Amino acid sequence: MIVGFLIFWPLLAAFLLLLVKGEQVKKAAFAFSLLELLVTGMAWYHYHQNPATDLLKMYGAWMPSLGINFDVAMDGIGVLLVFLTTLLVPFIILSSFGKSYKTPRAFYMLILLMQMALVGVFVAMDGFLFYIFWELALIPIYFICLLWGGEGRARITFKFFIYTLFGSLFMLAALIYLYLHTSTPTGHSFHIDALTAAGSGMSAQAQAVFFFCMFLAFAIKMPIFPFHTWQPDTYVNAPAQGTMLLSGIMLKMGTFGLIRWILPIVPQAVHDWGFVAVSLSVISILYGSVLAITQKDFKRLIAYSSIAHVGLIAAGIIAFNVQGIEGGLVQMISHGINVVGLFIICDMITSRTGTSDISSLGGIRQVAPGFALIALLIVLGSVALPLTNGFVGEFLLINGLFQYKAAAAALGGLTIILGAVYMLRSYQKIMLGEKSALTLNFPEITFQEKMVLIPLVILIFFFGIYPKPLLQLAEPAVTALVHKYNMGLMK
Amino acid sequence: MRELIHQAFQLKELLILIGLGVLALLAEIFNFKKLLFPLVLTGLAAVIAVCVIDWTPQDTNRYFYTQMLNVNHYALGFTIVIMLVSIFWFLMSEKYFTDETNITDHFALILFALVGAFLMVSYSNMTMLFLGIETLSIPLYVLVGSKKNDLASNESAFKYFLMGSFASGFLLFGIALIYGVTGSFDLSQIAAFVAKSNGSLPPLFFVGGLLMLVGMSFKVSAAPFHFWAPDVYQGAPTVITAFMATVVKTAAFGAFFRLFWVAFNGAAAEWSHIMWVMAAATLLIGNITAVFQQHVKRLLAYSSIAHAGFMFMAILAMSKTAASAVLYYSVAYSLSSLCAFLVLYMVMQSRAGDDSIDSFNGLVKKKPLLAGSMTIALLSLSGIPPLAGFFAKYFIFVTALSQGFYWLVGIAILGSLIGVYYYFKIIIAMFFKAPQDESPINVPADQRALLVVLSLLILILGILPEMVIRLL
Repeated sequence: MIVGFLIFWPLLAAFLLLLVKGEQVKKAAFAFSLLELLVTGMAWYHYHQNPATDLLKMYGAWMPSLGINFDVAMDGIGVLLVFLTTLLVPFIILSSFGKSYKTPRAFYMLILLMQMALVGVFVAMDGFLFYIFWELALIPIYFICLLWGGEGRARITFKFFIYTLFGSLFMLAALIYLYLHTSTPTGHSFHIDALTAAGSGMSAQAQAVFFFCMFLAFAIKMPIFPFHTWQPDTYVNAPAQGTMLLSGIMLKMGTFGLIRWILPIVPQAVHDWGFVAVSLSVISILYGSVLAITQKDFKRLIAYSSIAHVGLIAAGIIAFNVQGIEGGLVQMISHGINVVGLFIICDMITSRTGTSDISSLGGIRQVAPGFALIALLIVLGSVALPLTNGFVGEFLLINGLFQYKAAAAALGGLTIILGAVYMLRSYQKIMLGEKSALTLNFPEITFQEKMVLIPLVILIFFFGIYPKPLLQLAEPAVTALVHKYNMGLMK
Repeated sequence: MRELIHQAFQLKELLILIGLGVLALLAEIFNFKKLLFPLVLTGLAAVIAVCVIDWTPQDTNRYFYTQMLNVNHYALGFTIVIMLVSIFWFLMSEKYFTDETNITDHFALILFALVGAFLMVSYSNMTMLFLGIETLSIPLYVLVGSKKNDLASNESAFKYFLMGSFASGFLLFGIALIYGVTGSFDLSQIAAFVAKSNGSLPPLFFVGGLLMLVGMSFKVSAAPFHFWAPDVYQGAPTVITAFMATVVKTAAFGAFFRLFWVAFNGAAAEWSHIMWVMAAATLLIGNITAVFQQHVKRLLAYSSIAHAGFMFMAILAMSKTAASAVLYYSVAYSLSSLCAFLVLYMVMQSRAGDDSIDSFNGLVKKKPLLAGSMTIALLSLSGIPPLAGFFAKYFIFVTALSQGFYWLVGIAILGSLIGVYYYFKIIIAMFFKAPQDESPINVPADQRALLVVLSLLILILGILPEMVIRLL
């Protein structure tokens, strides 16, 4: 019941916006997204009370004769990622309050539609339904980037669209292939259990093909080297809220996909071919970090840093042990919070000075100390300082990666050092030092902006000091997954 | 004789269609032209109603006219689709029928073409197949050239006629050879012959089948026999192009699939390699050539070739699910194309017949409804869920993968991606570019309603695809 509300409320809310007049549309969208967050809290509570509760399941016959059904449920992993989505969307909407987009109604409708698709991706238990939501998420973000993006957006968003669609079509073919290998009393089925049974029964070679087709789709979404070329341009070009949706939530569709739709289904292929994926992820970490260091534009720097962070998440997950996957899940939440914080900071700088070019900024702390302080706290979270949320996730991830291969952990661990280099250096150049012509009259952070950033900072430290709720949520599902994997390998 | 008359009254679908055609001819003489439009719509709706009444819970063979026609579920399903799309087409082309002279002739021609379409999806004898194709084609040759003073229209009518006659020749040749080998025109007897031969079919059978394949490929515009399509589509009046891209295509695929499903099913291995290459070539040529088009009408023509490639895959991967896949693809493709053609028609009227992609610039600012419906139609054609076009491709992929055509599916995926490229060129023009002029676009209320209905149908068919899939 609750899960049904979580999926369909954003859809309904998007249409309710049609009834709202003028400037009120922002506030209405914000209120709608807060309600969604509140219901997610309820879902979490009910999951905590009884993980098997029927409130978190919903089933509807859709195309029963083809084994395709509207089958959604929330396990610990689902609750965690739905929480990430519904937590960030209100922040993203709130961060747009100071701006005036043309045709705001369409803008907020698309954000809410996107939210619906994202929630759907994280709760779908039917492979076909998963694919539908996966593709559905692409349409709103495409139009958000196309209609409200920057210069040259038509070409850039188009590249993004084609790129991700390319990957998804391979995923579709792989899912159909697997579906044709399932056998239930009523014929083929797309249910995840049927797919899992079929997948682990396939030959090692067939598993490998499935693995690479699915991995391609997820790697493009995250993105991982060498499938990342769409990402920096798209992030820089999209409107601020679009970038936050893309980096905060949408890239987690890829990492989530690894956990739900690759690891349990083709464990043998993960064992045989995981090293390819881990290698690519580690290359992404180094590549993203090094390129981030060389960037002159702050928004582009964050974009590259995102490649590095997500590379570590992917590597840890494919290492396929409890620490790695748990770390991946925790880091998905943390990275979502941190990167949205960073993009809000970047957007504030850009809208105040008209540029995000690092070298033409400087000395903001002298004129806006409050802003500089909050920015520092968010930067600390993203460089994974102990006691911040980034530390918990990355520590677990590197730990997991170490169990897989020490060398991979050593290389992957560089992300923390290199991350400190580029984040702190850019912080120094932007906030400290001499004032530049552009920052001379840099306005101090407003009350409204504090309302966005302070909760984010609180979350960064709360989950840094007390990550237990997140870990607790992830643990049962992850342990079961890894246990099954190890049993399978022993056999 | 009495038996024949008795049978004629049993097959009400055909009776109504022919009756409507004759009525349209009489309308000029007895001067009830105004009444004709509602009459035709009611008549077509009546055909659908009769089909629904004739629908038996179990798929049964109902033979008519000494086993010439077999009106089974397959025939009824395709007839319903063809009639439904025709109704929408008539509503869309109201203006075509009121503006031009010789209205009643146009009505009669279209209705006789529909008679041909009905025969093509319900034949059980190859002579009936040929008759159906000719009954459909000859009115079309005339209609394509119905803009009498337009050079392009005349040219394309001539081209279509010439190419079409060639194709009919090939088809007839093939039928004759098959008859020579099997001794029968009847589909089930040919199938029995194939089954009896235990894989050692005489070479002439192979040649005959190949010639029929060529003839049918001409009609569905599959590569390498697609050359006529872009020129004819572009030269013909826009509404006739829409008719050809939707109703005619559906009927042609209905006939094509029926032939290979019922008669040649056991002999599929004989020419599967050739068909594989043709399917791949159709997918690639249609999609790649469409990328370079600057005119939307021509672009839609190439896109219709590309979609023929997808449906061709189902004929190659013959199975029970393939039949429903072709049917679903026909509905999804026809409705999406019709919606796109309707918007194109509106835009062309406001811009004195200019159909370049640039004429769509900034459409969202000028007429959001047109831009919205066009976007839904194009997203559906490019196969984005949850629209009908996505499920159409999905069912084709399932059919092809279940028969092991992995590489062909790979090519189809590539084709879909290229498809997204050119469909999105129009979407980008509508949403992103500044309008070229401020000339207003007049969309009458009934056309607005039609656009909304078509867009909703595309969405509903996507959300509930089982409605169609369960039919066959």
